[in-house]
Amino acid sequence: MSLKEIRKFTAVQLAEKIKQKEVSVLEALQATLEQINQVEASLNSYVTVEAEGAMQQAAEVQKKIDSGELQSPLAGVPVAIKDNMCTEGLLTTCSSKILENFVPTYTAEAVLNLRQAGAVILGKTNMDEFAMGSTTETSAFGITRNPWNLEHVPGGSSGGSCAAVAAQECFYALGSDTGGSIRQPSSFCGVTGLKPTYGTVSRYGLIAYGSSLDQIGPVAKDVTDCAAILEAITSYDKKDSTSLNRRDTDFTSALKRDVTGMKIGIPRDYFGEGLEKEIKEAVLAAAKTLEKQGAIVEEFDLSLAEYAIPAYYVIACAEASSNLARFDGVKYGYRSKEYEGLHHMYKKSRSQGFGPEVKRRIMLGSFVLSSGYYDAYYLKALRTKALIKQAFDQAFEVYDVILGPAAPTTAPVIGKSLQDPLKMYLGDIYTVSVNLAGLPGISVPCGLDGKGLPIGLQLIGDCFQEKKIIQAAYTFEQTRERQLSPVAENGEAGLKRQPREQEEKV
Amino acid sequence: MSKEYETVIGLEVHVELATKTKIFCGCSTAFGGAPNTHTCPVCTGMPGSLPVLNKKVVEYAMAVGLATNCSITQYGKFDRKNYFYPDNPQNYQISQLYLPICRNGSVEIETSDGKKTIGIHEIHMEEDAGKLIHDEWEECSLVDYNRSGVPLIEIVSEPDMRSAQEVIAYLEKLRMMIQYLGVSDCKLNEGSMRADVNLSVREAGSIQLGTRTEMKNLNSFKAIARAIENEKNRQIDLLEEGKNIIQETRRWDDIKEYSYAMRSKEDAQDYRYFPEPDLVPLVISDAWIAKMKEGQPEFRTEKMERYKQQYGLPDYDAEIITGSKYLADFFEAATELCQKPKKVSNWLMGETMRLLKEREMEPEEIQFSPANLAKLIALTEEGSINSTVAKEVFEKIFDEDIDPDSYVKEHGLKTVNDEGELRSVIEQVLKENPKSVEDYRNGKEKAIGFLVGQTMKAMKGKANPGMVNQVLKELLAREVFG
Repeated sequence: MSLKEIRKFTAVQLAEKIKQKEVSVLEALQATLEQINQVEASLNSYVTVEAEGAMQQAAEVQKKIDSGELQSPLAGVPVAIKDNMCTEGLLTTCSSKILENFVPTYTAEAVLNLRQAGAVILGKTNMDEFAMGSTTETSAFGITRNPWNLEHVPGGSSGGSCAAVAAQECFYALGSDTGGSIRQPSSFCGVTGLKPTYGTVSRYGLIAYGSSLDQIGPVAKDVTDCAAILEAITSYDKKDSTSLNRRDTDFTSALKRDVTGMKIGIPRDYFGEGLEKEIKEAVLAAAKTLEKQGAIVEEFDLSLAEYAIPAYYVIACAEASSNLARFDGVKYGYRSKEYEGLHHMYKKSRSQGFGPEVKRRIMLGSFVLSSGYYDAYYLKALRTKALIKQAFDQAFEVYDVILGPAAPTTAPVIGKSLQDPLKMYLGDIYTVSVNLAGLPGISVPCGLDGKGLPIGLQLIGDCFQEKKIIQAAYTFEQTRERQLSPVAENGEAGLKRQPREQEEKV
Repeated sequence: MSKEYETVIGLEVHVELATKTKIFCGCSTAFGGAPNTHTCPVCTGMPGSLPVLNKKVVEYAMAVGLATNCSITQYGKFDRKNYFYPDNPQNYQISQLYLPICRNGSVEIETSDGKKTIGIHEIHMEEDAGKLIHDEWEECSLVDYNRSGVPLIEIVSEPDMRSAQEVIAYLEKLRMMIQYLGVSDCKLNEGSMRADVNLSVREAGSIQLGTRTEMKNLNSFKAIARAIENEKNRQIDLLEEGKNIIQETRRWDDIKEYSYAMRSKEDAQDYRYFPEPDLVPLVISDAWIAKMKEGQPEFRTEKMERYKQQYGLPDYDAEIITGSKYLADFFEAATELCQKPKKVSNWLMGETMRLLKEREMEPEEIQFSPANLAKLIALTEEGSINSTVAKEVFEKIFDEDIDPDSYVKEHGLKTVNDEGELRSVIEQVLKENPKSVEDYRNGKEKAIGFLVGQTMKAMKGKANPGMVNQVLKELLAREVFG
């Protein structure tokens, strides 16, 4: 079997081939390394590729598979990890200069779970600095390009993970989602990404952005992979006080092509101003497809959608301003070369170590927590969060699944978004309320726009109802062909940049 | 001083809890490890690490709350207090601001003016910081995170105290209660109990409170008393001069007996408190509270009564010994071993107290084991050593916790009960001191004291004093009449 053929497999398919001894773990690894070799210089999906370490792991995993010790449905499959999850002995930067030299002394629980399942970790993926951004352009280690069109961003903040999966630089990846950071780039890169119910995957070892919103989740080639990966990374972890002891974690049991009688609600609020027409059409067409498969589809008013973004940015930034205080040049990470005294060392190290978007959010967060403003901003945002949860609770009394777009646009052109941060924040409109309410959400590809850029369909479930969204997403997925990015389809040849579109003339 | 002034004092007392592990991780709280050996990703603020609350800390805080008549907050939370300092690895401290675990309690104190109730505003849980070491030679600062994450409670009183005497009585009461609970050893000099004094003065009869200052770095009861006196006078002097008192934090220098301003209210940091998102709300059930109430230990009054009943101790002994939980535990342990409660009590109340005073130590700092005291008592009871030797040996036990059996053996301190040997020594003494013998003969009975002393000296203190007296008198009589 050629390496190119191997790369076409999904993670679950590949594990099966490895189990059947049709493909070795080393071949699977070589398949990804070959692709990395061909396209990484153009895409920059990774901050760190650890080929040597991955070779060693591959040999160990192969032994365990051969001895029958490892039976997991993901055994032997190469995976990429977002660079905000700690990996012992392996550089973990959060794509920030302030952690440019940080090598953790321990491994994140979710990553340990993957290793238990026989994953081969081949590297750490690029991201927006400290997961703050929607484009992966705020990384201190260069932008990542979208494998569908190199002139476009992959989305963010898990842009590196999503681009790597879309470009077949790995078979699947872990991302993290604080306000849409798995679902939005999955949508932009035409891959499938799932954000689990808050507390499902341990946050131990995930470098925090907004602690009460952060959740690790899978980025994969299809829904089946997503379910299998989620099953592998889910665990009750006593080291994480917010971790939940769930018993309904047999997510792969929901991989059934059946939505008969499933009630799907479409919030009218999600189809208003700002939504690109092609996306609206593709998402509504997807709803029609599910209806044809037997689902009952209705429109309804979710309400409060417009308050989600301000509430999200207040809460996430407040928590971030405190979470990022530990990066001070004292214990690890970047320290300014020249300084006089402690205060100056803090100031210079942090001024030089953090990028502009991170500074903006630290300042915003510090402001909303300062005395005199706490009630007006932070407390109000917490109340809004509770009201949004209530609105969802009411909706889920009626509907099994809520359906909408993952993002109002397809992937923007590189360089456009950061010019207007507020506008960029508004792009999170369909994703942030899911984090505020702690709900699970999945983004599945549902078509391409006129520019050939992927469109994502978002399915949202009630807390602990991952299985419902997996079943709906799986059913939808079964009705269509999986589309590959040009880079995945043609490797190096697919990298050819498409001519920049002509700017609109006034 | 033309006007009468009243001093108003409230205390913030930090108590380090004696849990085996830290408040948010499994690291040891043991004192004195090599720097940064009792640490993990959590208590060194490593990226991605998360806190998990130690249940024992909650129970200890509840125990203190129940003993001080507080109401227990059944839906509580932790909050982050944000400030930058290198001893604080996350640059925030996890504490409790909005929903502390205990509120609205009280403690009854007794001073020469009688009984008084001091209100407890709240008790909250928080984590301790690490320790900075400034290396003068290398011109750098190093940080040791062994103490980072050691659990603390902060007991905040109402401004109900009016004098240093009341403050000391309150602190002693708190300390004893906490020691009885086994929640902390409360050593002021080692910092396991620290008190900050909030003090203001006002004209007698005034209802309004004056501007207060907060005094830090008070490492002993004596320092607290001196600092209160000093600060009270400083504030009164300012008012007498028509000046204003500035709300500020001051640091006490006990050697210079002087305080200086650390920071004023204007420079006070904005700690940007907000609920700790990494911890879930702390829910305390009725059943848990009931269980804690049931488990409260025997406090001083009950213990005193029991000592009188069970061991037959006199009132005075029982009161002194139960005055310190440590002393009481020591007493029970030693008595258990030697079954001589009154003897144990005598050693504790006599020599132990004398040496503690001489060495300027608290009972909690006693280093020797109950077993060695019990052995010493056994040696005296069987007449193996005399009381002079016993005191000498005891001092060795007190300072070095030596084993009295082997010490007595090694140093040949056993009482000599061989009359023949004694007799020949005394005959020699009489021969060498004819003057004293003559004095005695001439009716100066006191001269025998000198002869006893000379005999003991010759015997290197090992003689049985009763026997010396008896033989000496016998021989002197023989000289006279023989």
